[in-house]
Amino acid sequence: MKDWADPVLISIVLTSFVLVGASRLGTCVRVVALQGVLLGLLTLATRESAQSLRAPVLALASAGLKGVVFPWLLTRALRDAEVRREVEPLVGYRVSLLLVTLMLAASLWLGGRLPHPQAVTSPLVVPVAFFTILVGLFVIVSRTKALTQVLGYLVLENGVYAFGVGVVEGTPMLVELGVLLDLFVAVFVMGIMVFHIRREFDHIDTDQLTALSDWIR
Amino acid sequence: MVPALLAFGVAPLMLGVANRTKAIMAGRVGQPLLQPYHDLVKLIRKGAVYSRTTTWVFRAGPVVGLAAVMIAATLVPLGGVRALVAFPGDVVLFVYLLAVARFVTVLAALDTGSSFEGMGASREVTFAALAEPALLLGLAAVARTVGGFSLSTMLGAATARGWVAAAPALALVAAALLVVFLAENGRIPVDDPATHLELTMVHEVMVLDHGGPDLAMILYGAALKSWMLGALLIGLVVPVRTGVASLDVLAACAGMVGLAVLTGLVESQMARLRLVHVPNLLVGGTVLSVLALLLILRSS
Repeated sequence: MKDWADPVLISIVLTSFVLVGASRLGTCVRVVALQGVLLGLLTLATRESAQSLRAPVLALASAGLKGVVFPWLLTRALRDAEVRREVEPLVGYRVSLLLVTLMLAASLWLGGRLPHPQAVTSPLVVPVAFFTILVGLFVIVSRTKALTQVLGYLVLENGVYAFGVGVVEGTPMLVELGVLLDLFVAVFVMGIMVFHIRREFDHIDTDQLTALSDWIR
Repeated sequence: MVPALLAFGVAPLMLGVANRTKAIMAGRVGQPLLQPYHDLVKLIRKGAVYSRTTTWVFRAGPVVGLAAVMIAATLVPLGGVRALVAFPGDVVLFVYLLAVARFVTVLAALDTGSSFEGMGASREVTFAALAEPALLLGLAAVARTVGGFSLSTMLGAATARGWVAAAPALALVAAALLVVFLAENGRIPVDDPATHLELTMVHEVMVLDHGGPDLAMILYGAALKSWMLGALLIGLVVPVRTGVASLDVLAACAGMVGLAVLTGLVESQMARLRLVHVPNLLVGGTVLSVLALLLILRSS
């Protein structure tokens, strides 16, 4: 299975690039869903599945939650909010792509210099995890729609998850499932938030929310 | 000797295969496979008409352009068989010979003084400037994997070993080269070769005022360019290197036919991208090349 780790990791990098370069919110949601499924594959690829049912269960839970449930929730929010595109990102798409390429170079450089506590399954795991975290942060700060920021948060979490899967061998299953549950609640709440923001203000541009003070009806 | 002769002789056939694929997908019988040759012969037998506002630059454009492309064709290997001319660093010469051909075509277009052709030239140069880094960085990644800086070494016997060592990176390069292949030859999704609508044309606009033998040279040059970029892609994607030259060349030729069919299929299935979205595609290609280069630099 270990031969599959590198292609899966590179596919995760590619999905991040598509997310940063795509303007349709529907595409973005689907790409993040694909990334979740790829993370499930990564769980299978980096751990010996012979020992127990742990890896398959975790992979299935993660892929099911990130690949099916979240996209469903977010697509619903998207439909209610009646937005199709991220029209005016704070950083343009081409500049974003170039910046993200720089981030990749930086993470590869950083990943090569960090001492690893134990043998890592693939030398690419740590850089790709860093890169995914950075992309998540970048999407959160550079996009204006609330929904895209939720996606950024998800990508950020994907990075943390990839790091855990690739580097830390002995996380208790309870902890990992607990994190997934937290994530589910977070996305659930955020979906409701997006809906309420939209109902109150007729848009989901978060940069316009900064102008709010005590708003009296 | 074989790769260059094949390129000179068979290049227009690729166009014919792509056109035939499109026709079959659309439910038509389509033009004969050899139609591009008939077109070339017809154009050569015609006379040329030159506008009084044009200068020698306009007449030199097609000749110099075709010469540059023909020299570039001698540098490209096919199926592991060494090219006619091969020396370390010929990659850079290859890319810049293509740039020279583009430069003289653009000059000739600007020389007509038509604002329409100026617009086409501007688009062509914009897209080329974005496609060039994708091509150069992708080839650099291959050069680094294989450890040679000549096209004949990079796409020679070492390619198969490169796939064993760094398959994901080479796959990324192949995707980037496919984007470059479609963009540089003005195929869908970058440009529609079938249209003559002024708002959407890129490459076709520049050559509107050329006629007769000049147009024949431009069309033949375009076919050669398409063959060369295709040969790069196929040399990478079809690493059949048995050591028997005829077998390898045969596999590569089958690959070229496959590529032409693929071009036709893409053209039947996709619409042309809006002009403002084309740079996104090309920057995406560059990003793929950069990613491949980073991966290879890291692993070596």
